[in-house]
Amino acid sequence: MDKAKIYNYTVVRQFALMTVVWGIVGMLVGVLIAAQLRWPELNFDIPWLSYGRLRPLHTNAVIFAFGGSSLFATSYYVVQRTCHTRLYAGGLAAFTFWGWQAVIVLAAVTLPLGLTSGKEYAELEWPIDILITLVWVSYAIVFFGTIAKRKTPHIYVANWFFGAFILTVAILHLVNSAAVPVSFWKSYSAYAGVQDAMVQWWYGHNAVGFFLTAGFLGMMYYFIPKQAGRPVYSYRLSVVHFWALIFTYMWAGPHHLHYTALPDWAQSLGMVFSLILLAPSWGGMINGMMTLSGAWHKLRQDPILKFLIVSLSFYGMSTFEGPMMSIKTVNALSHYTDWTIGHVHSGALGWVGLVAMGSIYYLIPRLYGRATMYSVPLINMHFWMATIGIVLYIAAMWIAGVMQGLLWRAVSSDGTLTYSFVEVVKYTYPFYTIRLLGGLLYLAGMFVMAYNVWKTVAGQVGVNAPIPAVAAAHA
Amino acid sequence: MDINTVRSIVTVVAFAAFIAIVLWAYSDRSKAGFDQAARLPFDEDEGEDGIGYGERK
Repeated sequence: MDKAKIYNYTVVRQFALMTVVWGIVGMLVGVLIAAQLRWPELNFDIPWLSYGRLRPLHTNAVIFAFGGSSLFATSYYVVQRTCHTRLYAGGLAAFTFWGWQAVIVLAAVTLPLGLTSGKEYAELEWPIDILITLVWVSYAIVFFGTIAKRKTPHIYVANWFFGAFILTVAILHLVNSAAVPVSFWKSYSAYAGVQDAMVQWWYGHNAVGFFLTAGFLGMMYYFIPKQAGRPVYSYRLSVVHFWALIFTYMWAGPHHLHYTALPDWAQSLGMVFSLILLAPSWGGMINGMMTLSGAWHKLRQDPILKFLIVSLSFYGMSTFEGPMMSIKTVNALSHYTDWTIGHVHSGALGWVGLVAMGSIYYLIPRLYGRATMYSVPLINMHFWMATIGIVLYIAAMWIAGVMQGLLWRAVSSDGTLTYSFVEVVKYTYPFYTIRLLGGLLYLAGMFVMAYNVWKTVAGQVGVNAPIPAVAAAHA
Repeated sequence: MDINTVRSIVTVVAFAAFIAIVLWAYSDRSKAGFDQAARLPFDEDEGEDGIGYGERK
């Protein structure tokens, strides 16, 4: 068949399958370090397996390998299908796949070796940063090139979110990774002192806002309407949702630096913008959920919809919790405790994880010419394993975090701290065990997904859908 | 001009731009275009319920 008449699903298939693989790898490392916090002997006195080296491997693997692959897969799929045109620059698209996999493999080698720039979520050293830049620029060319040659009069809202994610991550990466190399595997940040801290958390929070939020909202705005079989509840609200996020997220970063050397006014600014963020976040959540209005019964029968809609519930929960934790007086209690870890995982496991898994379950059969996944009950089982795992995880970390915050600040009548640090660690042990159980359950769910995906695609040939001949909007 | 005056102006302009976007999004003029855009995921070679499997060859 003439290539111009079919969609490019090859790169979508590659990224979709690697999403599952990297999900298992990243979550496995997460489970290992969760176990290390309870039983420190599990580093086996091997430097490569020490917590400090594996923790950035875990975060990089789940965010950039698992989350990143799912974003590439879904954005390439959605942009083609809503623009009624084949992906622009297929060779470059293939380069983004192999380049991104190379970045991941390099991360998996360098981080355990202790090669790190020490910037959270931007630990990779400068040669890898340059490769990331090349891949990302190619990604932008492919994505925006496809939009430029679209056959439809409008740019669907999901593409606005994907586009903002691609553009912003490019800027964030370039600014925050600016460094002076001193050797092939060692560099120093281009910024110093509190400026360095502020640049880092401007990057860090916008990585949450644009990588883990805007990109996944792009998924939400395509796959929820598709799976529910009805257009998004309010397109107007989606436009306001988009611009409100864009105007607000950029300023929330300073809440990571409350009570530090950062000027007070900057801290207050970060807090105020974080509080404002509640409005667009909940607007988007309501927009996604109300798309089901009049079709709520579908939620009972369709486990893929369960993944997508429950992910929005966790999005709502963590975008309520986030602004609350950014209030300085609340932050005085929560910061540096496991509450923060609980908050992050309610967003990462609940929102990012579930919406990505739901979208991949939608994609896999369509990419291989099958009507459904191999087993729908197994999708349902995965959903419940993941959900129960998340609840165990975040409940344990909430309790542990509030306890730590209260015990750390307790002062005896003679003015000394009531509890030594190690005492509080001892009190936290039971919660670390519960967290480990939750994480194990979530990981096990991922294995169920891998089995289901394997049975769906094994022996099947990839299918590339034809592009509609006439754009329906013109017809 | 004092840099802080510039910063204040940028903030006010950004806020005004956002209000303008909201008014535009909720104006009657945008409605038809938005309705068309909202149908985009469904203007595809698929089954009538929009969850069909037209991708199969």
